[in-house]
Amino acid sequence: MSISVRTFGILSLLALASCSKEITERNMEFGALNPDKTDTSAGTWKPVLMTSATEFSCDVPIAVTSPDYKLQLLEIKSRQANMTDEDEEKLKYWSSGSVLRWNEILRELVAKYNLPPYQNPDATYPIPNSANPLAYPYFPFANPPYAARAYAYVSAAQYDALVAAYHYKGFYRRSRPSVIDNTIKELIPVVKDFAYPSEEAVVAGAAFGMMSMLFPGEQDYLQEKLNECIDMRILAGANVRSEVEAGVRLGKAVAGKFIARARTDRAGKAVGTPADWAKLESDAIARGETPWISQESPKRPPMLPLFGKTLGFLMDTTEVINNRPPAPPSTNSPEFAKELEEVLWFSQNPTRDRMRIVHFWGDGAGTYTPPGHWNAIACKDFVNLRFSEVRWARNLALLNMSMFDAAICCWDAKFYYFNPRPSQVNNKIKTLTGLPNFPAYTSGHSTFSGAAATLLGHVNPGRATDYMSMANEASNSRLYGAIHYRSDIEVGMNMGKMVGTKAVDRAKTDGAD
Amino acid sequence: MRKIAVLVSCYICATLSAQTESDALFMAKRNLCGGFVYGNTSWKHYWEGTFYRDNANIGSFKSNSVMAMANYGIGNGLNLIASAAWIDNRVTAGTLIGQKGIQDLNVFLKKELLTKDIKGFNSSLVAVGGVSTPLSNYVADYLPISIGMRSKTASLRLLADVQKGHWYGTASAMYTRRNNVTIDRNAYYTTRMIYSNEVALPDLFSYNIRLGWRDGADKYYEVTADRMNSLGGFDIRKNDMPFLSNDMESFRVGVNIKYPVPRVSGMSIMAAGMQTLAGRNMGKATTLMAGVVYQGEFKKGDKK
Repeated sequence: MSISVRTFGILSLLALASCSKEITERNMEFGALNPDKTDTSAGTWKPVLMTSATEFSCDVPIAVTSPDYKLQLLEIKSRQANMTDEDEEKLKYWSSGSVLRWNEILRELVAKYNLPPYQNPDATYPIPNSANPLAYPYFPFANPPYAARAYAYVSAAQYDALVAAYHYKGFYRRSRPSVIDNTIKELIPVVKDFAYPSEEAVVAGAAFGMMSMLFPGEQDYLQEKLNECIDMRILAGANVRSEVEAGVRLGKAVAGKFIARARTDRAGKAVGTPADWAKLESDAIARGETPWISQESPKRPPMLPLFGKTLGFLMDTTEVINNRPPAPPSTNSPEFAKELEEVLWFSQNPTRDRMRIVHFWGDGAGTYTPPGHWNAIACKDFVNLRFSEVRWARNLALLNMSMFDAAICCWDAKFYYFNPRPSQVNNKIKTLTGLPNFPAYTSGHSTFSGAAATLLGHVNPGRATDYMSMANEASNSRLYGAIHYRSDIEVGMNMGKMVGTKAVDRAKTDGAD
Repeated sequence: MRKIAVLVSCYICATLSAQTESDALFMAKRNLCGGFVYGNTSWKHYWEGTFYRDNANIGSFKSNSVMAMANYGIGNGLNLIASAAWIDNRVTAGTLIGQKGIQDLNVFLKKELLTKDIKGFNSSLVAVGGVSTPLSNYVADYLPISIGMRSKTASLRLLADVQKGHWYGTASAMYTRRNNVTIDRNAYYTTRMIYSNEVALPDLFSYNIRLGWRDGADKYYEVTADRMNSLGGFDIRKNDMPFLSNDMESFRVGVNIKYPVPRVSGMSIMAAGMQTLAGRNMGKATTLMAGVVYQGEFKKGDKK
């Protein structure tokens, strides 16, 4: 047997160069937005916070015969004449839709900021400060409740802003640049609808305004994305500059209303104080229960213990309390011992498939969180459903409002009952994923997923069964991962479905169904 | 929240097989050498990017492994080497469960390109081509506890060796091409969101120096130094988990000994120790290894 040196060398090099490292990113494969219905009556749909579609004004557009307008048409032509390869890529990216891309930008910021702060030298933890977002610990810590709230505010603000935009589109009836000047080329599919104000710019303005408040350290990045988004409308020949500028103004004005509400929705006080944390523990002891204790080292205060008092969009605080689930099995009861035994079994008997499920749905630190995961699932399907921008926004607003309220209900239960995690009670229980730093009952994943699957099943009935089986898998993943008891996931799913149903009820009456 | 951590276990295998694929020693034609090496790696501190820290939610990382290896002389100056390890990784604090199982198959073809006597120095130039592939469906996306990275790799090492009397020095450099891996998640954040279940691992470049005294192929004492660099990748963010496509770097020093067992023809024992001195996105690891190898001539109908 003999192998020549040359053959050997060639074989090695072939092996080294055998395949490309390029990764297909599924969100980069999305085609251009090309709705099958224009939803021109969306100006009459029911807004979330706005008192009416005309609460915020939108100036009369400049005349198409004015020198300014003509200059703006020239701007399109000159922009198109100087298009670069990079422009082409950006054009393709933004052509998939403004609601979609801003939702992705938000998911990315959530993942970037979803890291628990590193401890101080004295074993306490620093608390992020919104007034100083760029100093460590960065503001915000975009954990699941924070993220659920952020997705809801951004989506709802976009939806309201679009309701206003559709009203003004129908009111001003401004034709598209390519209709006014037939030498203007449209480089992407453009909805055959009125052009003023630009709905993509309205979405961008609302997202920019809301996200600047939620991620105050990212203003430069958001401004860059805003500029890119509206520049692409001009390059595409879809809008003239005054149409995108009016859109951004309207979007920002609507965001202002949501920002004012976010400042007073009590989420800012959800961290609580050391006195609050101590009381949660002493109350549980007074009830004769084993209280939750942080399993982190050094011990970390619980995540947003007062978040259950936050004002959601679908339920008020009284409704949240009225819908609070009954107590979990007492930590002294035989039922509890039985459930604990089951968790131990899953911890000691992991299969590769259950590990896959645990990791697929893990969505822990450094990720876009479970609500982000459901946004990703929804967006991928919405692309195929060919929704208009306003229907995209409405459906994501309903989805995210349901998950925000689900987070509130879930956190209310967690900190009302303040029960321990399985691994706190039995240290033989090892977890297949990171142990969340808050009480067990009910499971956040289950509550988010029950709400999301219920709402998505309504807006996309063809996949209702799939959504529910995904939700069940997400829910079970927490038991498989040995971080939740069976009652956490079962009661959590039911609670999620209850909140999801409230979003469905809203969907049936908002004028869009 | 997932608790924090760090390091890499795939590197263990390169460490263990270093005895054969990164030296200039060859099995003679139709000779077979096979053996087992036990390895223990541990660390308490790690580099999160460049930040040197410990982590009370990990405590210490402990890895135990048993590696089976074989080296066959296809011809004089042409060896085929194969190895595979069973690995058990765990952490001593926090709640995260350990991982164990059979890791990857590593196969190397080692060829002596030339030998020359330069002013009384016996010099040789060797090329080593390698491939590796996972042997089980272990979880990769669970660093630092996962037992490997699941990447199919191909590597090419060029090695120069000089010897005068019993004293020698060996220097080599290796490029490792790492294929993309598939993980259980379908979206992940590096320095941006990536919506895919595929992860592109940066390739690796490493070099290795060994100085020592040897008497034949089964008796040597040597000191080693090696440096490994990821060609790309990103730093672990503050208080985040490590990830497969991190920029992993390390500088280590070590000692290796191989010694024939008296009165047992063909049997040798090996021992090694290695200490990481500097790193990035890896643990400051201490590795200890001990093994037994048996060597014999392989003839038709003879299972010696």
